[in-house]
Amino acid sequence: MADDDEIILSDLSDDELVLQMHDDLYDGLKEEIEEGVNILIARKWTPYDVLTKALVAGMTIVGADFRDGILFVPEVLLAANAMKGGMAILKPLLIATGAPRMGKMVIGTVKGDIHDIGKNLVGMMMEGAGFEVKDLGINNSVEKYLEAMEAEKPDILGMSALLTTTMPYMKVVIDTMKEKGMRDDYIVLVGGAPLNEEFSKAIGADAYCRDAAVAVETAKAYMLRKHNRATA
Amino acid sequence: MAQDLLSRLMATQDWLLADGATGTNLFNMGLSSGEPPEFWNIEQPDNIRSLYRNAVQAGSDLFLTNSFGGNAARLKLHNAQGRVGELNRVAASLGREIADAAGRPVVVAGSIGPTGEIFEPMGTMTHALAVEIFQEQAEALKAGGADVLWIETMSAFEEYAAAAEAATRAGLPWCGTMSFDTAGHTMMGLTSTKMAALVEKMAHPPLAFGANCGVGASDLMRTVLGFEMTNTSRPIIAKGNAGIPKYHDGHIHYDGTPELMADYAVLARDAGVKIIGGCCGTMPDHLKAMRHALETRPKGPKPSVADIQAKLGAFSSANDGTGDTSGQPTRERRNKRG
Repeated sequence: MADDDEIILSDLSDDELVLQMHDDLYDGLKEEIEEGVNILIARKWTPYDVLTKALVAGMTIVGADFRDGILFVPEVLLAANAMKGGMAILKPLLIATGAPRMGKMVIGTVKGDIHDIGKNLVGMMMEGAGFEVKDLGINNSVEKYLEAMEAEKPDILGMSALLTTTMPYMKVVIDTMKEKGMRDDYIVLVGGAPLNEEFSKAIGADAYCRDAAVAVETAKAYMLRKHNRATA
Repeated sequence: MAQDLLSRLMATQDWLLADGATGTNLFNMGLSSGEPPEFWNIEQPDNIRSLYRNAVQAGSDLFLTNSFGGNAARLKLHNAQGRVGELNRVAASLGREIADAAGRPVVVAGSIGPTGEIFEPMGTMTHALAVEIFQEQAEALKAGGADVLWIETMSAFEEYAAAAEAATRAGLPWCGTMSFDTAGHTMMGLTSTKMAALVEKMAHPPLAFGANCGVGASDLMRTVLGFEMTNTSRPIIAKGNAGIPKYHDGHIHYDGTPELMADYAVLARDAGVKIIGGCCGTMPDHLKAMRHALETRPKGPKPSVADIQAKLGAFSSANDGTGDTSGQPTRERRNKRG
């Protein structure tokens, strides 16, 4: 085991550096991640490769271990914070180079519900997976969701509820989308402590996501299907 | 100083029956979703009296006040951060009124729930600010006549400790439970054995500690066995949900029957739990069945994890981070700094 000051990122080969960045993301080391991103860019890596091979791949490990009960919320928050540091450097470069988009999500807690820890985690993990995320915050009415879908043109709508009394509101949103003939234009993912698969089916969502890691996996799977449909 | 009521009752009874759900009961009385239940202390005091009285009449020796979200951080989301004193004082004084009319000793436990904020360094909440927020609530509950403060549904031990410090500053004894809802851990990753060990290290430890809410009655009982692995002599609290929420025709109901909660109560007693109650979904009928079972069924041997699963149903995760951890998922680390 090397100790702290023995690892000099700029001395590492590309492969070693990427593995070290996965470790540093796992340990939530923001400055080290920022340094790693800058080194790879200086070594003429494309911003898209830095994003996918170093950051997204590292966050995938964090997500898997969160899903499996090895990591918990504190570690995931620190990892997401480190990821954010790297993303701040990459974002303008990704736009400038016209890198492919992973997808965009509008997310919010439903009307009457003011809980947001789970929803925030999903937002952070989705950003960690390279998605663009528009967070509507808490207590969102159907009108607010519709406005945001109009303005942001997302691929995915995410709705969250912590209360058994607020979760039925998700159906109100989905029913309104159906009435307006726009339901099939979006992937609708739902989550929150009292929800389950059965509920998600009953209200007409595309999928129930048990936790933030599952949300990311589900979003990726649906985006892949969407791309396949578009190119078919 | 005369001993507090809860300590006196615990010294003379093998077990005490606590209350059931607050939210589920109030929603059945017409509280609309999203509305802070604490507002009803002022707007619908008769409903709050009914909530308390129903628990007492179903046989509860202790009930929690309608003040779970009554701290400034939560009330701020409803622009009611200026009403902490009023809402909590009345929550407790309505409770005092019902308890004093019960004709037997009934404990008024002043409920204190989480702020909803995450502590630094991951979040922004500080220990000092949390203590200040909880102390305002604790003092109002005391002023309204609470016998004991009841810290519940905590995920982070930092927050549990901050609320405990506030209770001590307010000069009331306290009890405190955490919610183990994530693979047998709290959301912030604490195991039951670690919580029990941390509680014993506190400068002003609780009269009793334990678990509430989480995922169904079987998970909660597994958590209790985790506490007991530490050989703690401190009284244990179990307040489990009446099953798991299910969705039917636009309504939510918890699938735990009164019979299941009666089995759970007896298992909890046989496991050595001192204060037994319910959480979400637990209605007066459940409490009556629990009381009846506790009074009529003979005491049995301490249940094993297998007994719990057989009687109450499957656990939400294969393990909970306690005891034999050899079968648990781990991550092989390549190179960890520091």
